[in-house]
Amino acid sequence: MKAYFGRRYMMSASHRLHTDALTAEQNRAAYGKCNNPHGHGHNYVVEVLAGGAVNAETGMVVDMAALDKTVQAMVLERFDHTNLNLDPLFVNRVPTTENLCRAVFELLKDALPAGDLAYVRVEETENNFFQCDSAN
Amino acid sequence: MIELTRRATFSASHYYWNDGWSAEKNAQVFGRCANRKGHGHNYTLEVTVAGEPDAVTGFVVDLKWLKDVMEREVLAAYDHRHLNLEVPEFSKANPTTENIAIAAWKRLEPAIVAAGGARLRRVRVYETPEIFAEYRGEA
Repeated sequence: MKAYFGRRYMMSASHRLHTDALTAEQNRAAYGKCNNPHGHGHNYVVEVLAGGAVNAETGMVVDMAALDKTVQAMVLERFDHTNLNLDPLFVNRVPTTENLCRAVFELLKDALPAGDLAYVRVEETENNFFQCDSAN
Repeated sequence: MIELTRRATFSASHYYWNDGWSAEKNAQVFGRCANRKGHGHNYTLEVTVAGEPDAVTGFVVDLKWLKDVMEREVLAAYDHRHLNLEVPEFSKANPTTENIAIAAWKRLEPAIVAAGGARLRRVRVYETPEIFAEYRGEA
């Protein structure tokens, strides 16, 4: 029987929304205060949903400790307490939370210890969040 | 099609154990959850139904009715109980969050089908604010 196991992780990082494809004025217009030159930070919540058959011996879709280890190694160690703009993934890509969400999805999609990655959701604040799955 | 979700909370104790395994293997796979004296959680049950709003009432389902169904079918059996020892579906299968979501679906679905109208879309169970499982009725 197929079920889904979800886990929420916290990480804190800074970013600045700015693209060289736009002028300084256009950046300001597009990104507002998120374009401030020295950046700002968020406490992000990364929610990971793994889907798969429930193992008859354990009752689990995926072992939580193994999932935690994977997310820690692939995502949290990479982004937590960093400046996202300096990560190679964001050198030529604005670290909007849309792009961060897709980056996390790509990092995890083939790395889960069991099950398939159903979605990654990244909450930038309590009031906005972004979700990415294999269909988009 | 509109999705409508109702939440309820319950508190229960459980442990994880496989009778076919040695004590060592249970401890290795399930860690602290294998403590046979059990431990407990404040669970949140989230039930989502989907349907068209009724032309007269504007409701997909009556929320009070859904609350009563959740209380009668799930909370009455699970709340302030030891899931392994007092809930029949967990006498053999581990009361993992995944299995609780599946079992809650099985308890809820007949009442929702019998009412006609909206259908059950998903059941999500939070074991803590950071850990949850979901069942969507898939085989």
